[in-house]
Amino acid sequence: MRNYEVTFIVDPVLSGDEIKKTAKAYNDMLVNEGCSITHVEDLGLRQLAYPINKKSSGIYYCIEFESETGAFLSQVELAFRRDERIMRFLSVKLDKYGVKYNKDKRDGKIGKSRKTVEREKEKEKEELKRTSVPRSSASKAETPAVAKETPAPAIAATPAPTETVAVKAEAPAATPAPVAVTETVTVKATGDTVDLTKIEGIGPKAAEALVAAGIVSYTHLKLKSADEIKGILDKADGNFGMMDPTTWSKQAEYAANGEWDALKKWQDELDGGKVVASEEE
Amino acid sequence: MASRDDIKFLSNPNIGGAAKKYCRFKKFGIRHIDYKDPDFLLQFVNEQGKLLPRRITGNSLKYQKKVAVAVKRARHLAMMPYVTDLLK
Repeated sequence: MRNYEVTFIVDPVLSGDEIKKTAKAYNDMLVNEGCSITHVEDLGLRQLAYPINKKSSGIYYCIEFESETGAFLSQVELAFRRDERIMRFLSVKLDKYGVKYNKDKRDGKIGKSRKTVEREKEKEKEELKRTSVPRSSASKAETPAVAKETPAPAIAATPAPTETVAVKAEAPAATPAPVAVTETVTVKATGDTVDLTKIEGIGPKAAEALVAAGIVSYTHLKLKSADEIKGILDKADGNFGMMDPTTWSKQAEYAANGEWDALKKWQDELDGGKVVASEEE
Repeated sequence: MASRDDIKFLSNPNIGGAAKKYCRFKKFGIRHIDYKDPDFLLQFVNEQGKLLPRRITGNSLKYQKKVAVAVKRARHLAMMPYVTDLLK
């Protein structure tokens, strides 16, 4: 078996049907000559690099086929030459690399088609990420605080509609400190708390103190500065004087965003919730 | 004899050498050059559409010949110009 490839340019002046008929005619002719067609590629209308027969564009076709002998060639080439609809043609024998190249190109492994295939894949991945991120984080322990907030006030705070609007509005945006208090109320009403001990440095006692002070979710903790947390701890009873909350809000930010892996990694670097001195330098 | 390490150069002798040319077909394992891909073949011609010599492109002899054939086929099919100016 020998592999061949015939590329030809069809006159663009012809109508769409006639162009297709021309391509089909040569396809049939090759089949009649005993060739088996591997692939017919329609390269479409292209600008010519130089005018042929005073035309500046043409429709390219490429037929790849197999044949036992090369006897058909003179017949087919004669037909191409005699045909007025064909502006140019080129018949080429393909070696094994050419056959492989054409096959890979068809499968989208090489060339421009490969790039487009990759781009499409990337797009799909991004879309998957976009859809899966909120779902996965919602399944985690922390986000119910945010996720349930929206339906919760609707049920709990129906007598006071103004409050619901306020809560709904600030829930997705960064929560300013005073509004956070109202949010806290609704969250508490649903009995929804978060395991603050996930933050390195916060023990069960400290977590209790923070919840008592109205910090019930990572989002709340994230928005408090180290000094504010320190103040809360000082006010609360218990011996929290030794606590160093400098990294807590940062940790809470990771937790609030659902970036548990990043949080874990960072916590591995921390020592009891404190930045290790040698690493900071 | 003083070895090269003992000599003090005024400038760093490792800087400024031209990067070694290589045959991209050999390096990346490209075995077939498609005459229907004019954008690729454009790398091997100058602004006038003439084939660039091997000393510029770094192609090995085997692939330079294949490039030449592919460019000539592309020219025949009006995918590349025979003669032009400001091709690039």
